[in-house]
Amino acid sequence: MIELKNIEVTFESEETSVQAVKDVSLSVGKGDIYGIVGYSGAGKSTLVRTINLLQRPTAGEVFVNGQNLSVLSPNKLRNERKKIGMIFQHFNLMRQRTVAGNVAYPLRGTDLSKEEVNAKVEELLQLVGLADKKEAYPSQLSGGQKQRVAIARALANDPEVLLCDEATSSLDPKTTSSILELLKNLNKKLALTIVIITHEMEVVKEICNKVAVMEDGEVVEQGDLVSVFTAPKESLTQEFIHTATHIDQAAEKVLNHPTLLNLSKDDVLASITYVGETTSSPLVASLYARFGITTNILYGNVEILQNTPIGNLIVIFSGSIERREEAMAYLKANHVTVKIIEHQQEVIALNEEEII
Amino acid sequence: MSTFLETYFPNVIDIQGEIVESIWEALYMVVVTALVASVFGILLGITLVVTEEGGILENRRIYNFLERAVNVFRSVPFIIMLALIAPLTRLIVGTSIGTTAAIVPLVVGTVPFYSRQIQNALLEVDEGVIEAAESMGSSPIEIIFRVYLKEGLPSIIRVSSVTIVNLIGLTTMAGAIGGGGLGNLAIARGYNRNQTDVTLVATGIILIIVFVSQFIGNHFVKKTSH
Repeated sequence: MIELKNIEVTFESEETSVQAVKDVSLSVGKGDIYGIVGYSGAGKSTLVRTINLLQRPTAGEVFVNGQNLSVLSPNKLRNERKKIGMIFQHFNLMRQRTVAGNVAYPLRGTDLSKEEVNAKVEELLQLVGLADKKEAYPSQLSGGQKQRVAIARALANDPEVLLCDEATSSLDPKTTSSILELLKNLNKKLALTIVIITHEMEVVKEICNKVAVMEDGEVVEQGDLVSVFTAPKESLTQEFIHTATHIDQAAEKVLNHPTLLNLSKDDVLASITYVGETTSSPLVASLYARFGITTNILYGNVEILQNTPIGNLIVIFSGSIERREEAMAYLKANHVTVKIIEHQQEVIALNEEEII
Repeated sequence: MSTFLETYFPNVIDIQGEIVESIWEALYMVVVTALVASVFGILLGITLVVTEEGGILENRRIYNFLERAVNVFRSVPFIIMLALIAPLTRLIVGTSIGTTAAIVPLVVGTVPFYSRQIQNALLEVDEGVIEAAESMGSSPIEIIFRVYLKEGLPSIIRVSSVTIVNLIGLTTMAGAIGGGGLGNLAIARGYNRNQTDVTLVATGIILIIVFVSQFIGNHFVKKTSH
């Protein structure tokens, strides 16, 4: 649906030139909800603007629905843009138009008659759950309502793609999830392809099926959500995932707990991660039954990503070293990732290397 | 009542006709200048905004030229402008003296000021909204009419009202080229002939015109902002 090929964006000023996007290639399939995550300044907003050429790339090509946008005349490009909806962090509604007026804005100059436009506006506002706010002005709406109007407006020309530039970043958590819920429904109902730019991994975790992680203008990691979440390769990705799953905070709390200060030499602290079907098999029980290893669960968390459960536990394994090694091998055979957490007094270090 | 007027405004009573005429001259100059100058001012203001760096029709050459022209014309004191552009006035009106002739320098004096005001008013329109319009496939012309002018309307009315007040001030100098008006009444009659009551009345009428135009301006600003 969207194909970015070797996109480069360089901002030149008299003294400096800043390379905002460096050789990015991405491919977004039809019906995908594609998340692009990164800290501010990573170039993700610039990147998303190249998709509808609000930002012309210095080099590289943009294909949307098989059409190379970079070669189009201004007039043809404007027609293509009508098929690419976009919503923004600050909603960007027109203050002097009513809700209905805002939604009707992109419908002017189309073949629709006045009645058809009204019917379409009505239908769109119903879709986003704001039918009763038709005559209100944006200043009378809350942030979440404004974003719903913006979504209705972006969908007015029945686009196949919706670009979301930090669309939930100025909303509170509850409103954020209601907007994400709406986007998810639109994705299903209208087979809408959605690209989401965000600095919040929570958002990606909530609705995306694919994700790209950006840093310093480059995409450092991309793939489908579950595999990126369960086997992140880059440390930045791990950082994002840890903040989204709160495992770092949990580990810190657990590790500061006084009971951990006197582990015996047969005890070992570990974090284990398991994905999908493994979740349902009784791992802890079989460790005891097979190897006589007792597992003391200090912290546990299960996330459901794209209908795949992902479990994170922090545990203490107790047993002799040989038995423990056998147990680890058994876990590995069952596709469970185990990391031993080095723990010396109050020094906390999550061992990055997998022991097994 | 009539004795009060006779005591305190003896000269005003004598020249009632002349006062009414001066009011008409002033209003004529303000209205005609406002109509002509608003067309040029809005055109120039829009051009400045869209050709600016990062504007929707960025064009450095046009922007720099207009920017400098506006600055130069704004810097010329109006009383000198009256004399300076007399040849142009003669070319357009046929004479360089009189009320109609005063309109040419009034327009030349108002347009740079007004275009700068319009420019600032339109720059208040949120860039994000412009970007949103671009993302919806709006052409530059559509963005000018359906976004800049629509979204900027309250600000445009506000700066127009400021400009009218400024223009009323300029018309008082029209007397220098025989344009008449209330300023002329205050100076030529009131001051030169030492008829202070005439000056007072002329001032009062000018203040009333200013306040009324401000009131109308504020009313529409309120009515159009949401």
